[in-house]
Amino acid sequence: MSHSTVPRSSAEAGTPVKTAAASGDAARPREKRVTRKLSLRHRFRRDRVLILMTLPAVVLLLIFNYLPILGNVVAFQDYDPYISDNGIVSILHSPFVGLENFQRMFDDPDFWNAVENTLVLFFVQLLLFFPIPVLLALLINSVVRPRVRAVAQAVLYLPHFFSWVLVIAVFQQMFGGAGMLSQLLRENGHDGLNIMTNPDTFPFLLTAQSVWKDAGWGIIVFLAALASVSPDLYEAAAMDGAGRWRRMWHITLPALRPVIALLLVLRVGDALTVGFEQILLQRDGVGPGAGEVLDTFVWWNGVRNQDFGYAAAAGLVKGVVSIGLVLAANKVAHLMGEQGVYQK
Amino acid sequence: MTAVIDTPADKAAAAPRPWAAPPRPSWEEEPSKAGLAAKGIVLSFACLAILFPLWIVVVTSLSSRKTIDEAGGLVLVPKGITFIAYEELLSGGQVTRAALVSIFVTLFGTLFSMTVSVLCAYGLSRSGTLGHRWILMTLLATMFFSAGLIPTYLLVQSLGLTDSYLALILPSAISVFNILVLRGFFMGISQELIDSARIDGAGDLRILLRVVMPLSRAVLAVITLFYAVGYWSAWFNASLYLNQQDMMPLQNVMIQLVQRQEAPVGLSQAIRTGQLSGLAIQMAVMVMALLPVAVLSPFVQRHFKKGMLTGAVKG
Repeated sequence: MSHSTVPRSSAEAGTPVKTAAASGDAARPREKRVTRKLSLRHRFRRDRVLILMTLPAVVLLLIFNYLPILGNVVAFQDYDPYISDNGIVSILHSPFVGLENFQRMFDDPDFWNAVENTLVLFFVQLLLFFPIPVLLALLINSVVRPRVRAVAQAVLYLPHFFSWVLVIAVFQQMFGGAGMLSQLLRENGHDGLNIMTNPDTFPFLLTAQSVWKDAGWGIIVFLAALASVSPDLYEAAAMDGAGRWRRMWHITLPALRPVIALLLVLRVGDALTVGFEQILLQRDGVGPGAGEVLDTFVWWNGVRNQDFGYAAAAGLVKGVVSIGLVLAANKVAHLMGEQGVYQK
Repeated sequence: MTAVIDTPADKAAAAPRPWAAPPRPSWEEEPSKAGLAAKGIVLSFACLAILFPLWIVVVTSLSSRKTIDEAGGLVLVPKGITFIAYEELLSGGQVTRAALVSIFVTLFGTLFSMTVSVLCAYGLSRSGTLGHRWILMTLLATMFFSAGLIPTYLLVQSLGLTDSYLALILPSAISVFNILVLRGFFMGISQELIDSARIDGAGDLRILLRVVMPLSRAVLAVITLFYAVGYWSAWFNASLYLNQQDMMPLQNVMIQLVQRQEAPVGLSQAIRTGQLSGLAIQMAVMVMALLPVAVLSPFVQRHFKKGMLTGAVKG
């Protein structure tokens, strides 16, 4: 991945069509004109404080986001972590083995199991999670009393700020072997039920947790889109005899369509990332058969088994495929004429 | 949640009563009783699905062993509130230390992240600045790739950050998304304002501190909350880079105590004497983890939209 191509395309992807070029220039026409006449040295002297201000962030990104890209060479090595305490020294002294790690990976049923689980989880979450924030937003939007609305929003947003550790702990107290549900069942003479460790229902458990934590938060984007619809449209439609449902179908839903399409595209671009922390925390409970996804596969082989070359190979494959998906998804967004990819 | 249901009497009342509905426009038809009831039920159910488990957690954490045994485990109705679980946890053991670690990391981490992010966002907010396009590209590109867990892990180790709290702060100190949100907001501040401050002799730093930041309180509050919640909730980096048990933050201790059901280290007179239930301890740890977040986030709530939607990238 070369530096010049990716940043340029990403900036284009992130540039909302309407606002982009115009706003910067229009806001400060005077300074813009002056800028062109100034020499580079002059501009540097004028802007050096501003440039300096961006430096800490840029340095952090270079060290922790760009520099590790080089570390992916261990995917082509028989990396030996015991050569030195310093990973860089170990990399320099580990033998290269070509594509051996990748070869081994493609023959590894555990890898394909992780791929399968990742894809299953992606589709289950897409089908069961995605529609809920839209419906919730329509519901909240139809609540007209300001205080009721504010209280409902406060409650619905709250779990978004909980850590995954806490969310899973809450689910365990509700649905675990000693949880609320089991307690109720036992009181009524049934056996207890431990949903938390059942591999068959694991994708649905994960989706339920995601819904509980983030569905409420997800409505913000839709609420904003709904708030931007002019009330005149509704009034005009009502005058023309459109009822409640026809107004929803012909005004409200078209207003949401671009946001829905965009979020869908973004989700697809991120398809191989299906909730790393959430799954890692429960991996031991359900076992790797159902609980291993690509990200946890990398963690298990690398961090746990110290098989760094192999794990990095899996991570690299995932990373490269992900970049392809992201770029393709953005392409699709552009083809659909959508704007503001970064409006999450 | 019955207030969702409109009655004609309420409709007449004007906006000053915040619980009342604003007047309905004349063209809009009266909502049907069944529709309103359905709406109320669904909304109440959604809110209860969130609040009910939290209620059980809080109530059980405040219950004595006797109450918990009588209830057969989780307690629904409080019967004689006791703070014994919290006294036990805050009396200087493993959980006290973990909570202090979490508070320490959250405070310093948030301060560091905010400083770096605000500086960077302001530095990029004046278009026409030398090189600002290149710097922006450098930031944006990181949203499209990730170097991967293993290389990052090896790097952080090589930098000697193992068993250091810096490993919990530095690798994930800045979120490019947050910087873009801040930048989008700073860009909206009028250039005239900044120019006039400059004519009065203010430098860039002073303009940022005295003009730009006071005008951006809302978005600063939101982003501060985002960063603080991020640090408070983090556990994965600690599990990767910290080897010593007594350095672990609260979330990691919660994994041990609640998820793995281990007994807390270095307690517990009260458990042994039978007054305190292990379940109450678990619940109390959970309450400690959720309380700061639950108390703070509603204050910032009305600004959330700003934090989510001004992130569009303008050249």
